[in-house]
Amino acid sequence: MNDDAMNKNTKGDVDIAVRSRLAFSSNAMQALYRLLAATLLCAVLASLSDVFLTENNILNVLRQTALLFLMASGLTLVILTAGLDLSVGANIALSACLSASVMKATGSASLGVATGIGCGTFIGLANGVLVTALRIPSFIATYGVMWMLTGLTYFYMGGETIHGFPPAFRQLGSGYLLGIPMPVYVMVLFLAIGTFFAQRTIWGQQVYAIGANPVAARLSGVPVHSRLVLVYTVSGAMAGLASLIILARINSAEGDIGENLTLPAIAAVLVGGTSLFGGSGTVMGTLIGALILTLVLNGMNLLQINASWQPLVTGVIVLVAVWISTLTRQSGE
Amino acid sequence: MSVRTAMPNLLARVPGVAIALIVLCTVFGLVSARFATPTNIANILVQSTILLLLALPMTLIIMTEGLDLSIGAVLTFASIILAVIVIATGSFALALSAALAAGLCFGLANGVLISVLGIPPFITTLGTLGIAQGLSLLVTDGQSVVGIPRSIESIYSGRLAGIPLPILIAALAYAVTHILLYHTRFGTYIFALGGNREALKIAGISVRGMLIGVYLFGGLMAGFAALLMTARLNSAHPTAGVGMEFDAIAAVAVGGTSFERGNGWLFGTLLGVLAVGVLRNGLNLLAVPSSAQVASIGALVIVALFIDGLRSEP
Repeated sequence: MNDDAMNKNTKGDVDIAVRSRLAFSSNAMQALYRLLAATLLCAVLASLSDVFLTENNILNVLRQTALLFLMASGLTLVILTAGLDLSVGANIALSACLSASVMKATGSASLGVATGIGCGTFIGLANGVLVTALRIPSFIATYGVMWMLTGLTYFYMGGETIHGFPPAFRQLGSGYLLGIPMPVYVMVLFLAIGTFFAQRTIWGQQVYAIGANPVAARLSGVPVHSRLVLVYTVSGAMAGLASLIILARINSAEGDIGENLTLPAIAAVLVGGTSLFGGSGTVMGTLIGALILTLVLNGMNLLQINASWQPLVTGVIVLVAVWISTLTRQSGE
Repeated sequence: MSVRTAMPNLLARVPGVAIALIVLCTVFGLVSARFATPTNIANILVQSTILLLLALPMTLIIMTEGLDLSIGAVLTFASIILAVIVIATGSFALALSAALAAGLCFGLANGVLISVLGIPPFITTLGTLGIAQGLSLLVTDGQSVVGIPRSIESIYSGRLAGIPLPILIAALAYAVTHILLYHTRFGTYIFALGGNREALKIAGISVRGMLIGVYLFGGLMAGFAALLMTARLNSAHPTAGVGMEFDAIAAVAVGGTSFERGNGWLFGTLLGVLAVGVLRNGLNLLAVPSSAQVASIGALVIVALFIDGLRSEP
């Protein structure tokens, strides 16, 4: 009987592996289309603005892309399981504020880093428990958590601003290595880890399987609940990490530090080709999505378009991206 | 949908939200001497009217297994349209029609994106939230719109036969929603839409039309809520309605409407609105900052959903 169960398991894993390899080639084509779009955007912006191709602006775009990618990378895993994490921005706010006050109180950069990542991870874990153990739909659970965190952050800060952090810590956001901003290295590191995890490990394959068909995944022996808790925890941890990079970059923390970050992060994932319905997409795609979104917002800045257009444009981009994925899903069925 | 199946459900639910309301009232009555005064209670009722106008359509929307995250931002945008037009033209009728039209436009957009294009409701309304917020900022350039005629203020502070006008408006809205949900075919279909969408399709009913209707109703009520909000603040501000959708969803969830099975209870929503109103008012009297109030309402929702989840256990 044990043998039987094992046979079933291996067979399930092989199926998943074959399916993901097939999915991978179409993913590569999709990535190519998106890179073409990004290149086209660059060409348009370069022709419209003299500032676009200056060294300063390119470094700026890279830094922004890195930050957006870090916020969106954990979220990608959540969306791969057909879930959603609306608490990313609020998580960043609380993690950044707690980390800032710890650093201010102790003067220790490493304690601050531990606090930020620890806080983010804990919030992610809480989300995971709400979604799995309490069986609350993910968008409503993380929406409730988002407001709780926002309230807590404002309450904790009481309108105060914390600024001035140790120079060693500030390197994380505003430092350079070989002329390239530090956040870009962090981005490359987590792109490698994320891609390896999603494409080359059993756990990663199980994440895809849960998103594609949770019932089938459960029947073929995937521990659905613990994998879900894992992806929400990773999403929280990445938000904690992103909060540190923001903190190190702007060198101050306020209650509203995470405002208007969630929608762009979701947009980056969706523009990057990850389906809101779960089961298809890549971490690499999210990087391209983050690049495209950053280029759009950067271009609007350079062309001196009123910043009030940004939430509007981001909202439209989200809707169009989901619409396209709905269309491809329907034609696939 | 028969009376026989609805009654035990109703009895099983009465304790939950009603007890929460009684507990909240008792605690605040004991802790604060100013809570149980006639003036304060009248205050709670009047202040809850705006929330009720949003929570009523939200109940219907959640019953269709949908969600409207944009309703607070749409209220804000409609309120700005109302203020800008009444200041520019001086015509109240024109301004109100424009505000209602703005609400209806967003309701239509939500309904079409959800039912025709098949985009999930929470992501659709998250997108339209961004659009409404952006439009509000663009029209006002981030500033408050002031200089509204005094006559509009009287809609919030005025009385008719001794009863405050907002309460009359809210009571009318409740009555209309009640009739719509319990005494029309549209309402019967809403119950069916959440519970058994396939059966409705097989019966030849236009699910698309129904969904568009429900979200249109949400937009319309956001327009009326914008009237009360503008009258209350005597101005329009681009962030006035931020988070209102959260209070509305909280009130519906606390009131016992289920997120997954199309089970709705309009009177529960009314009690849920009062519970949120009492909670906010009581915490205000105790000088708890509004940020902590938001956190406590978040906790209230999670608890309500948790209980909802326990109830659905087989």
